[in-house]
Formats: sequence, structure tokens, C-alpha cells
Amino acid sequence: MSILIDENTKLVVQGITGRDGLFHTGKMVEYGTNVVAGVTPGKGGTDADGIPVFNLVAEAVEATGANTSIMFVPEAFAADAIYEAIDAGIGLLVVITEGVPVQEMNKIYKYAAENGSRFVGPNCPGVISPGKSKVGIMPAQIHEPGPIGVVSRSGTLTYEIVYNLTRAGLGQSTCIGIGGDPVVGTGFIDCLEMFEADAETTGVVLIGEIGGDDEERAAEYVQTKMSKPVVSFIAGRTAPPGKRMGHAGAIISGGKGTAESKREALTAAGVAVADTPSQIPILMKEALG
Amino acid sequence: MKIHEYQAKEILAKYGVPTPRGEVATTPEEAKVIAERLGGTVAIKAQVHVGGRGKAGGIKVAKNPDEAFEKASEILGMDIKGLTVEKVLVEEGAEIDREFYLGIVQDRATKAAALMVSAEGGVEIEEVARAKPEAIYKAWADPYHGLRGYVAYSLASRLTEDPKEARTMAAILRKLFTAFVEYDASLAEINPFVATSDGRMIALDAKINIDDNALYKHPDLAEGRDDVEETELRAKEAGLSFVPLDGSVACIVNGAGLAMTTMDLIKLYGAEPANFLDVGGSSNPEKITTAMDIITSYPGVKSVLVNIFGGITRCDDVANGLVAALKERPLDVPLVVRLTGTNEEEARAILEREGISAGSDMDEAVKAAVEAASN
Repeated sequence: MSILIDENTKLVVQGITGRDGLFHTGKMVEYGTNVVAGVTPGKGGTDADGIPVFNLVAEAVEATGANTSIMFVPEAFAADAIYEAIDAGIGLLVVITEGVPVQEMNKIYKYAAENGSRFVGPNCPGVISPGKSKVGIMPAQIHEPGPIGVVSRSGTLTYEIVYNLTRAGLGQSTCIGIGGDPVVGTGFIDCLEMFEADAETTGVVLIGEIGGDDEERAAEYVQTKMSKPVVSFIAGRTAPPGKRMGHAGAIISGGKGTAESKREALTAAGVAVADTPSQIPILMKEALG
Repeated sequence: MKIHEYQAKEILAKYGVPTPRGEVATTPEEAKVIAERLGGTVAIKAQVHVGGRGKAGGIKVAKNPDEAFEKASEILGMDIKGLTVEKVLVEEGAEIDREFYLGIVQDRATKAAALMVSAEGGVEIEEVARAKPEAIYKAWADPYHGLRGYVAYSLASRLTEDPKEARTMAAILRKLFTAFVEYDASLAEINPFVATSDGRMIALDAKINIDDNALYKHPDLAEGRDDVEETELRAKEAGLSFVPLDGSVACIVNGAGLAMTTMDLIKLYGAEPANFLDVGGSSNPEKITTAMDIITSYPGVKSVLVNIFGGITRCDDVANGLVAALKERPLDVPLVVRLTGTNEEEARAILEREGISAGSDMDEAVKAAVEAASN
């Protein structure tokens, strides 16, 4: 097993003919992801590296049975593309696009929930279930199939930690980059819940950072609802307050959202919190016994 | 993005929120002229992007134009938490009877705008939340339908027993909410919203932060951006995300999470980071050159650490950029490079031709950079 994506994932790429869309489509196909269609308005009927392109997501779904979408649409058009995918009945949307206005995301979140769609992101590297499917932009070669679930607000920091896990012989069931924005479609708790229920996953790595209180809420969830061990790393202990650290959501404001508060909450919930990414595999092995 | 109090008040006034009469001055002479125009007692308020300016002496009362000149000369040029005051807002004074807090903030957990009101105005809301959380009343707007009238009224009616005042504050809340939505704010607060002794209700101080993701919709605001240092703007133009700090180890990293982690490890291994810098996903050589230029412009820098985890970012692109940057502007402090991932072998070869050795382990690289900075 794995969560969110697997061998049955049939992917449509929204924005397939753009530079990034085309590049990453190639990489996903190379990894073995079942990419069935692409969508670029006005380019329907053509193909992109052999993948049929449609004008609309609904057309792509009808013709190919696509059940998952990945979005490389520029920020100004991203909201519309998300609504389109939801209306076309896509069950899982992965939004790579960075810079979608937060108030728009509030509406999208509500709309997706009402229509039974889940989205991951925005501003995220995507999802990979090693050996099965990759719906994202992460470097595939650092991953190995295995029992560890990884959930993170970051991109390259996740790669760093996955790389450490793989080198230590700890493969991954699924790795999810939930995104660095203040409002994301799938949060830590959603992923923890899915990992807890996933038979293949035996332990979870939670990678957080400053800003908001997602980690604090995740800690409460771990303490009350999870039987599997969770190991964590929180980035931004040295980040100054009031400054946005790259990600729109990574900001300490009004004294809230500090790394210390998150570390304390997680520690109190029985989560082993690492000081460095390289400690993660060690702590995970200890936790797994 | 933070905007100044006077800008926030201009926006609120546009939506019909009553604000004190006032104008911005950049010199004591201007402050005097404005005080003459306003007549009577005026407040001189520093326009800087930090909290606690009142305690720092950034707000003064002047009884007449000459005093306005005097107080403005004291405040202009003043240093408040590292920021120099370049503008003051000169405003008519108000006899405060009661102070309220009216605020709207993006709530990350519920994914909606949260409204918060309190009769404990005039102090920071975080302070109230700590000391007297029961004094804050909250409600949430609907993402589709916005703020219902009755929701605004029910909040306002918790603050006063006077039905007329409650109606006034409910109307102000709705105006504040409209401004919050139309300006894509992440925070909009009036603190204090005051009832004056002569029976008026006005927004005495206001703060609005704009969602950076939505700045493209508000080019007029983005243009005059002054809540970040000049180097931060230059970095932004080059597609870099940069925050200057005070330490001795400068760093260039790809990805925000890894960049923060690099800073944290610098501290963990015994030094202080000089900056946060994320070069982003793709690394053309020019970006690296600009990044090197910016981070080494700070005098306290004793070593430079480049930490790249190649994915989308190709290590050889970074190596080429680094070589070009060093040719253009040789470093006078030690350089430590760590590269892992896409095309790392090619990158190592490029660097070795220039006599630079690059490691592959993050901990070792950070330790080496910390060590180099302490020599």
C-alpha cells in the first residue's frame, strides 16, 4: 500500500505544454507514472511528447479516465484551473504553482471539500510513492520503496531528509510535500491519519517549519490518535520574528509560530525531535525498536 | 507586505471608516505647516514597520505648531529597533474616552478570515490574548459570502451596551472587512478604535498587511514598497529570497526549508548565520553571481557557505555560476561548498578545475564554514 497515489493513479497534467510542465511530465513518465493526458487551453488535439493534449480537463477525463491532476499553471490562472479540475470530478489535485492569493485558497478549500476532491499544495513539490508513482517535481533517484511515511512543508529540506533515510536503509511508503503557503489543501493531520491507516507504513517523519500552529495541532493528534512512531524536524530556530523566510507561510508573527513552541509541543506528545536532518534516521530506528 | 499607518488609514478612509485628519511630513518644517493647518493639539507619529514605536518614543503630542516642529525633529531620523524614521504622520489630537480593538486576520487553521474584537483596545492584541483571553470575541467570515451583517452586529454588541455604538462598530467592521477582501490583506486592524469624549468614534491607529501572493493584483501598493531593505528588494528582483541577519557565516541555499535548516545548523555548530538566502528552483549563473554579491556586502561576514541539494536545481549550473561570480569578484573570505544531487559529479569537476573542493555532507560543510569563520 501507500497513500494518495499508487499504480492505479491515472494522471492528467494541467499546463503540460509550458516549460516546467513538459520537463516534469518527462520525468514522471520516466519514473513509471501513468500520465494519460495533458491540458492546455487552445492546444487540444495536439500531443506533448506523445501524450494527448486536451483543451479542457473534462475532455481529458472523458477520453482517458484520469483520476488525478498535477498543476503547472501560472499563479494568475491557477485558481481557475483548480476549480476546473474539481468540476471535472478529479479526486486528487496536486498544485505545484506558487503564489496563489490566500483568500482565493480559502474559497478553493471550501469548494474542494464540498465536492469531495482533495488537493495537495499549493506551492509544493508534490507526492511520490516510491516504486509506484510520482506526481511531483522531486528528484526520484533519492527515494526507495519502504515503510516510512514522510510529510513536509518544505521541498529541498524533504529531499535532504529522504536522502538521509534512504542511505540509512529506511525506504519510504509515500512522501508528501504539503506546501509552504498559509492555506494548504492537505495538512499534517490529514496525512498522519492516512499513514496511521496505511498497513505498509510503520513510522512517520514530520518535517515542519516556523509559522502557524499546524505542528502544534499535529502534536495533539499524534498524542491522542496515533499508534505509529513519529519523528520530527522543525526548521527555523534561528529565523527572526516578523520576517517571511521564503515560504509565504514561514513567518513568526505576534510571538506565535516559533520553532521552539513547535518542538515543545511535539516533544510533549512523545515525538522525537531531531536537531539536524542527519539525526532523523537514527531517531527513527530507535523509535521502531 | 507591511504598509504604513498613514497608508492603511488612506485605505480605510476610502471605505468610509472615520479617521483623524492628518498628513505625512518628511521634515520638521512640513510638520509645522501641517500642525498649523490642523490647528490645536496634534500627534506626531513615526511611520516605521515595527511594533512598539510608542514605547520607543516614536509618538509625541504637540500643543502648537512650534512644538510640532520640535517633536518632529526629535522623531525624524530616530532609530527604532534598527529602522530609521523617515516619515511622520501629523494628526489632529483626540480626547479618548474608551478604546476598542477591531481586527481581521487570515486564520490558517479554519481557512477563513477571523474577526476579533475587544473592549480592551490600545494594547497589542497578543498581550490581551495572553493576559485576558476572555476579553476577545471571535467570529469567522464565510469564504464565499463574506461577513454577514448579523455576525458583525453580534460581535459589536459584546463591546458596548449602547445600541447606537454597537451599530456604528458593526458598520465599521463590515467596512474593514470589505477593505480586507478587496486589498487581499492578511491582517487589517484598528487599534485603538476610540470613542471620544465629544461623542465621535474614530480609527486612531490602523495596520494592514497585504498577502504577498496577491501583490500582483495591487501594483500601486507594491511599487512604493519600503518594508524591506534595499538589498532585499534587489534580491527579490533577481528572483532570490533574502533576509539579512547579524552573524558571520553567510549562506546560499536552494529552497526555503533547507536554507532555514542551514542557518539553524550554523548556530548549532557554534556561529551565527549572516543571512537567509534561497536561490529558488532554477539556478542560472547570474542568480548565483547576484547572490554572492549581496551576501558579501555585509561587513560581519567571515565565511561563505554554499549548500545545494540538486533536484530541479542542477549542481553544475550552480557551479558555473559560482565560478563566474568568483572571477568577477574574488572572495576575501573562505568559501565552503556542499553539493548533492542532480549532476553533482559534473559540478565537482567544474569547481576542481578552479581549485575549489566541494563536499557532499551537510553537517561537515556547516562545521567547516563555522570553523573558517572563527579563524
